[in-house]
Amino acid sequence: MTPTHATNVRPEGMTGSQAGFGFRHCLTVVAVLLAWLAIVSPVQAEVTPQRAQALLQALDTDDFDAKAEAAQAIAASDAAQKTRWLEALLDGRLGRERRGERFYIITDDSGREWPIIDAITFEDAGTGSRRSVDAFRINNALRTQLQGLIASLSLDEGDEATRLEAAKRLIGEVDAQSVDAVAAKLDDEESPAVRAEIDTALALYRVEQGDASALATLRGNLDTRVRNSLSTIAASDAPIAAEAGETLAGIESKRAWYERGQTLFFGLSAGSVLVLAAIGLAITFGVMGVINMAHGELIMLGAYTTWMIQQLLPGQPGLALLLAIPGGFLVAAAFGILIERSVIRFLKGRPLETLLATFGISLILQQLVRTVFSPLNRRVNSPDWLQGAWQINEALSLTLNRLGVLLFCLVVFAALWALMRYTRLGLEVRAVTQNRAMARSMGVRAARVDMLTFGLGAGVAGLAGVALSQITNVGPNLGQSYIVDSFLVVVFGGVGNLWGTLVAGMSLGVINQVLQPWVGAVLAKVIVLIGVILFIQKRPQGLFAPKGRTS
Amino acid sequence: MSLATMFKRNSLLDERSTWITSVVLIVGMLAVVVLHALPPDHAWHLNGSVVSLLGKYLTYMLLALAVDLIWGYLGILSLGHGAFFALGGYAMGLYLTAQQAPLAPWQAVMAHFPVAALAVILAPGLLALVFGWLAFRSRVTGVYFSIITQALTFALMLAFNRNEMAMGGSTGLTRFDELLGFALAGEGMTVALFVASGVAVLLAFWGCKAVTRSRLGRVCMATRDAEARVRFIGYRVEHVKLAVFVLSAMIAGIAGALYVPQVGIINPSTFAPLFSIEVVVWVALGGRATLYGALLGALVVNYLKTLLTGVMPDAWLFLLGGLFVVVTMFLPQGVAGLMAHLRRRREVTA
Repeated sequence: MTPTHATNVRPEGMTGSQAGFGFRHCLTVVAVLLAWLAIVSPVQAEVTPQRAQALLQALDTDDFDAKAEAAQAIAASDAAQKTRWLEALLDGRLGRERRGERFYIITDDSGREWPIIDAITFEDAGTGSRRSVDAFRINNALRTQLQGLIASLSLDEGDEATRLEAAKRLIGEVDAQSVDAVAAKLDDEESPAVRAEIDTALALYRVEQGDASALATLRGNLDTRVRNSLSTIAASDAPIAAEAGETLAGIESKRAWYERGQTLFFGLSAGSVLVLAAIGLAITFGVMGVINMAHGELIMLGAYTTWMIQQLLPGQPGLALLLAIPGGFLVAAAFGILIERSVIRFLKGRPLETLLATFGISLILQQLVRTVFSPLNRRVNSPDWLQGAWQINEALSLTLNRLGVLLFCLVVFAALWALMRYTRLGLEVRAVTQNRAMARSMGVRAARVDMLTFGLGAGVAGLAGVALSQITNVGPNLGQSYIVDSFLVVVFGGVGNLWGTLVAGMSLGVINQVLQPWVGAVLAKVIVLIGVILFIQKRPQGLFAPKGRTS
Repeated sequence: MSLATMFKRNSLLDERSTWITSVVLIVGMLAVVVLHALPPDHAWHLNGSVVSLLGKYLTYMLLALAVDLIWGYLGILSLGHGAFFALGGYAMGLYLTAQQAPLAPWQAVMAHFPVAALAVILAPGLLALVFGWLAFRSRVTGVYFSIITQALTFALMLAFNRNEMAMGGSTGLTRFDELLGFALAGEGMTVALFVASGVAVLLAFWGCKAVTRSRLGRVCMATRDAEARVRFIGYRVEHVKLAVFVLSAMIAGIAGALYVPQVGIINPSTFAPLFSIEVVVWVALGGRATLYGALLGALVVNYLKTLLTGVMPDAWLFLLGGLFVVVTMFLPQGVAGLMAHLRRRREVTA
């Protein structure tokens, strides 16, 4: 703290002679220090070893009130070491030499012999033990006070992020002794975010003191500590209980909205996984009337491709992931075309047999992966830009990998839609979906369309695998766990309809997520499954039935 | 048409395959019992574990019969028949655990054998009735039906994994002591269960044969081949389907009930979609719409499975997967169809 700060102390929060004394006392200290600073160092505050010794000496008492005053004095002093001292005191690592006048900080108190450093010079002082060093004891009141002091000290230091952290820690820690110091910080702080947090901390203190006007500042604040102390006040018989209750109700309803938003986000991200997994299936089913039970394994192949590329490019998960997008598509599409050419082509018009044959292929692919790689799950690393969460506020944070999957799903969907709408292949695919015989008589080579469609569907499954590798581990059973769900999406959404698949996948994801808090994850899934089974009874064509006489 | 006239006019045993199958089943069963009765040091002696394994195969054969009845004769591919099998198994498991300590108060009633026996048939039957009524009424057919049966068994698997069901959660029901007052552990019980399973297979085989050869069976086959026409002629197709579907589910339930005391455990993995679809490949390999093909397929595939999972576990899924592909592509009528084809060729050349 530079001395000029102290002159800005506002005494409104204090009462009577004590405030007067504090103010005068501060002024005296400031005057002395100013004079001293002018001589020694105008930039970096330093205190003499004697002064430091005296500050620490004051802590050496059994009276906790005196100790608290000493800690206060340290915080108000200009000792450069003061944060370190207070932190060590808080951890019970600040101590005094048992036979001597030196003070030590214990850097590691796990063993019998502790490495210690000199508390004033921070020079290595060898080792100490319970016998040679007397650590200062603190009680709970002192601990709370120390936390507040440290937080307000860190408000002066470091960049905006550390100051913001410190300001957040201040909420609920402000007390009668520190309120003025904290209020003083407010005037010097430039960052609006930090100011807002300090405002909250001060307002909370004032509300706790019974100041109803400060409630306005707390309106809509999502901080847990604010909520907790407001609910304590609302439940008490304080004069502002009713008003605090009102503010609390406002906070709770805002919080509930954000929680709904969070559920929606989780639902949409789960739904986007379903859409990615199901959309390839929807295309092949719509065009060829073929149930491809190996679809899940094509997803798995896409995920394994991601893992392989990452193994080839160690240390560059971002580049590996970007390369995996075309890689996963091509690998899965190649397998898909292979399956179509070697098996499905010969089972034309026999959907049940095709279902069984592709199921056999799925078993073979699973076992192949188990044999070639391992039955164990593999972890695919996420690049930095997909790690962590985007914390919008206390109640709403969006994990970046799920956000990424959601965006990826929308991009893939848009690309597929454009492909179907604007390209020659899309035109032919739509023609074959609507009426195979008519399309063939118009010169569409249906067999070629089948092959390309199957490759396209398989490739999209591969893309789903790339996306899945970012949110779950990659293992041989990856595909199986999604296949039943993807079929439900296809059936729910209506066969061969991209929009239907999108809407069905997203709504199944959201419904599942909404049900989960009430009935648990497993039962939610069961309910969704039963719901879709019942839905198919009512509308066997799905949500978006194809128009015309096709079905 | 009464049962008696049906037997007179259209004798069950006038088909060669039915004769042969019945004789093979009876002789095989007697042989196993006799070989087991031989002194233990005899070279031909079958020990209890082999008898128990064969008993397990018999319950699988019964399940395959149930699947063939609806897939072969009605054209309904159920990918969820394991659910009915497991429900029968759970009913039996509840009876066995209720003997000692029921997991929930309501399960005490299952300690009475008649109640349990009724549950073995009614639980799968009722599920099939409700599910089938919903599905057939709204004309869910073909692959759609297959997929929702798979979803059904998947949902049940998830549900039975929950501890709140009081069905033992993911461990399932196990540690059974006695059946009808006799200890389950003894050799005598092993043989008795084997014989009971064998008799059940035989009776179910004759029963299914009778159904398929009755007028009901002909309507079934007509429905399989041209559903719309049968409907236009005036048959209530959904009633026919529902009746046979429920019958098939009940047979599957009995199979499950016989299976549980022989393997000593029932858990949610029996509901797994993979198991149900394995049953379908037994039938596909043996040959659809022959009944004896289903029995043959179940026996052969399961024997291969026992053989391979012991020697090289990795190869089993390759073989199973390969079977699916090869059978559907090259043997659409299964082994039974292949044999019939060869016989016809011989007759033509002769």
